[in-house]
Amino acid sequence: MFSHIRTIWLTFLHLFKRHVTIQYPEEKIRLRPRWRGRIVLTKDPDGGERCVGCYLCAVACPVDCIALQATEDENGRRYPEFFRINFSRCIFCGYCEDACPTYAIQLIPDFEMGEYNRQNLVFEKEDLLINSQGKYPGYNFYKVAGMDAGVKQKGEGENEDAPVDVHSLMP
Amino acid sequence: MFIHIDNKTYTVKAGKNLLEACLTLDLDLPYFCWHPAMGSVGACRQCAVKVYKDENDMKGRLVMSCMETVTEGLRLSIEDKTAKAFREQVIEWLMTNHPHDCPVCDEGGACHLQDMTVMTGHDYRRYNYKKRTYTNQYLGPLINHEMNRCIQCYRCVRYYRDYAGGDDLNVFAAHNHVYFGREKDGVLQSPFSGNLSEVCPTGVFTDKTLKEHYTRKWDLTMAPSVCNHCSVGCNTIAAERYGQLRCMLNRYNGDVNGYFLCDRGRFGYEFVNSENRIKQALIRSRTNEAATESEIMEHVQSLISMSKVVGIGSPRASLESNFALMQLVGKENFYQGISEDEAHLNRLVVEMLRSGCVHSVSLKEIEQADAVLIIGEDIWNTAPMMALAVRQAVVKTAASQASQEIKIPVWLDSAIKELAQEEKGFLATLTIATSPIDDIATHSWHAAPDDLARLGFAIASYLQPGKIVNTDFSEALLDKAKKIGDALKKAKNPVVITGTSCYNDNVIKAAFDVAVALNTGERKTSFSCVMTECNSMGLAMMGSPSFSVANENIKTNGHATAVILENDVYKHIPSANADEFFNSCDHVIVLDALHNATTEKAQVLLPAATFADGDGTLVNNEGRAQRFFQVIPNTTSQVQESWRWLKKLQTLKLHTLNGHALHPDDLLREMETALPQFEGITNVSPKHDFTIHGEKIPREPHRYSGRTAILANKNVSEPKPFNDGDSPLSFTMEGYKGTPPSGVVPFFWSPGWNSVQSVNKYQEETNGALRGGNPGLQLFKNKSDARDLFFNDVPESFVVAKDRWLLLPKYDALGSGELSSYTAALKTLSPQPFASMSTGSLQALNAKDGDMLQIVDAGIMYGSLPVKADENVCDGVVLVTAGLRESMGMSWGTRVQIKK
Repeated sequence: MFSHIRTIWLTFLHLFKRHVTIQYPEEKIRLRPRWRGRIVLTKDPDGGERCVGCYLCAVACPVDCIALQATEDENGRRYPEFFRINFSRCIFCGYCEDACPTYAIQLIPDFEMGEYNRQNLVFEKEDLLINSQGKYPGYNFYKVAGMDAGVKQKGEGENEDAPVDVHSLMP
Repeated sequence: MFIHIDNKTYTVKAGKNLLEACLTLDLDLPYFCWHPAMGSVGACRQCAVKVYKDENDMKGRLVMSCMETVTEGLRLSIEDKTAKAFREQVIEWLMTNHPHDCPVCDEGGACHLQDMTVMTGHDYRRYNYKKRTYTNQYLGPLINHEMNRCIQCYRCVRYYRDYAGGDDLNVFAAHNHVYFGREKDGVLQSPFSGNLSEVCPTGVFTDKTLKEHYTRKWDLTMAPSVCNHCSVGCNTIAAERYGQLRCMLNRYNGDVNGYFLCDRGRFGYEFVNSENRIKQALIRSRTNEAATESEIMEHVQSLISMSKVVGIGSPRASLESNFALMQLVGKENFYQGISEDEAHLNRLVVEMLRSGCVHSVSLKEIEQADAVLIIGEDIWNTAPMMALAVRQAVVKTAASQASQEIKIPVWLDSAIKELAQEEKGFLATLTIATSPIDDIATHSWHAAPDDLARLGFAIASYLQPGKIVNTDFSEALLDKAKKIGDALKKAKNPVVITGTSCYNDNVIKAAFDVAVALNTGERKTSFSCVMTECNSMGLAMMGSPSFSVANENIKTNGHATAVILENDVYKHIPSANADEFFNSCDHVIVLDALHNATTEKAQVLLPAATFADGDGTLVNNEGRAQRFFQVIPNTTSQVQESWRWLKKLQTLKLHTLNGHALHPDDLLREMETALPQFEGITNVSPKHDFTIHGEKIPREPHRYSGRTAILANKNVSEPKPFNDGDSPLSFTMEGYKGTPPSGVVPFFWSPGWNSVQSVNKYQEETNGALRGGNPGLQLFKNKSDARDLFFNDVPESFVVAKDRWLLLPKYDALGSGELSSYTAALKTLSPQPFASMSTGSLQALNAKDGDMLQIVDAGIMYGSLPVKADENVCDGVVLVTAGLRESMGMSWGTRVQIKK
């Protein structure tokens, strides 16, 4: 008997607590920037594709839902020929973002991806690529990488000496 | 011999160095400059271990493990704190200038530097200063250069210059500026340059053809394969991704190719992805030529039941396919698809090796020879890996003799080199034209085939006087024979090499007679004959008549349906004869992988599998049967192995459908019964139902990625993986994870060893056989009771005819492959067709260098070719670049007319 009354009392007290439930979709939930939702491919500060097709996201993916093919432009800059994520398999673990050495692949706070047809959850590069640097502005991989891929000449990158003069014997 | 490593006792083999001993014991010890094929130089300081005087010594001293020999009771520590700190420090220094490149570096994921960095535990860079940079060079269409990544281990120049004998790659500049490259931009000249991509421990030299469709090692579906581009049969790993063949890697086989491949083998794979591939079965002269399999079966059934069926086999098709064709048409209607001249030579070689009186030599044994005699074959261009093996024999003989005298271990590379200096082992090259291998030869002599044969017989006669009759040799010839004979007599393991490319049986007979004459009680002689195609030996062993016989039969009997198996008849036969054959056939059914002149004649064209999309067995020139495995899963197209097509046609003919799936090992079993010369061939590889603990061997590494996305664009529901019922390998990443039997190793990987250096973990000892024995099955047995077989067929010496020139082929290491010529990269490196003649011959023709000449043989006009004067070609001989499309079907070895 006492237990019943106590339950009713506690339920009554909850009327005065803060609401947890929100009226989605009229009201949107506030998500933190590092919330792991939909995956995007970002661009570097110069507007070039950040993804260099290194396959690290694909190999880090525990459900193997990323497939891509790297190719090169005439300057030797690598980019993905195609980049496919099967979101019907994705578990939004964020390992791909952790693995990405160029900040290209990022998980953004967006989860509104519901589809009636599972096939529509297969995203290609044109669905993934956004015209933004995402969470990590200012980073351009080719400025710190050693190779010359049309972004900078040899020796012009950050922390690089001018190319060695092979004919010189000076120390 | 016992040694103690970290207070544990192990048994090791005497004569090894500590690094080799540790790696053989499966202990992880990092290294850079040491390479199993090139020995130790102690330059990189990476393999430091601590060695203790005795069990009471607590302090010990640091040594480089690659420079110390194992001694009885030696105590060493890999795990010692100082040693570990030392190794980590060395890596940290190396990494100060190594660029931040791994994501865009082709070596990543299969990089020895990555592996060693992780192994030593160096994980965070403390160096905050500027990195050194270099400009790169253009090194041709095969190898990419990115010099920033260099860690100065010197392996590339040690390989390229010392091991492979190249001279256009070198080290430049000094101190911390050393630069590995060419004097100026340009194509690397050595036909072994592709190995730089595997020798380089990091990404300085990488495979440029892989760059076109780059895939990481962990994403490749890989299967053991056998090279298709010459008769040596090097073991390769074929690697696939997204239904395309992506690259060829070396597959270690201690008896055959060891750690290296030639560029034709490594880069000649792209014909598999070529636009020219036949993917669709066709029935010609219908409105809709494309046919389904059932339509094909129906159509072919009517063709083969109507008339006599004649089968034309192929020296580049697998044994299974050739045998399936033989079964379909009957033994009496099966012919080799090569000219009578070539078939005659091949029969001769089979007879020689079957006699068992000399040993049929493997590449490994050639490397260990102490004297080599080459008669009539330009092995540098027809069997490049054999030339590399001969080079090792020549360069290392002096070294190994020296090392025995003053007890220096053979792996101590620089000391051995100092000791041996320029001294070389004996090599005599008696060929029709110059070859790069002449550079290391003691004697080289260029003459017409008959004269080469005469010298061969003269040597045999000098070695065993009285065995050769008809010895009217000139003084000069006898003098040469004496010099070479004396050198060969001194050798313990001499090797005699010849080949079919002279199209002269006397040359082969002479070489064989020398081998037999040398073969006395204490001296073991070995013999090798280079053939033209990857399965020339297998086809020759089947002992069928040649194409010319087929042509005669059809002409006389008429009314026949010809089934042509993976063979461009126009390559082997003069086009007039081939046309004649096709005109007299009622119907022509062709199975092939690439469109060529023969497939144009086909009324029914069936898409055949290449080495990459099918299974089969090839026999190399040594008589070693080797199995290759499918690597491209075939789910949609009609492409299937020729033997499968032929077996299906056979069931139609016999009206029996037993419903059993057919496997290559079933075919080999039937072959063993039908052709006893192939006895034991079923043991060439594990059977199709072979499993280990109930598991198949995965073709994909355990880190294979993208399985749920690769085909998701077509259908989001993943299909069942392709089921391979023909082999113990599976097309998935699941399966047995340990070391598989040596013949079915799909890739080399070991925990912590992602690069190709993991091969150490698959060997019984460094440089030794793979665990469980090297793969492949030798079909020729040495017979101890074999009677010496002398051919004794001394030809007349070559006479220059007035307006008849002896037409001989000139091969090119990169350009002469029929299949590899569909690879863009190799095509740019293959020579433009030309003819070469001596200045004397040119004068007789009243022509000069650069003129266009037309070759006419029995009324057949071949295309005109520019002529080059070559001092080393003897008078009366014309050499024409062979294997190119312009020189197809030439009647090599005959006398032709030449018109200006």
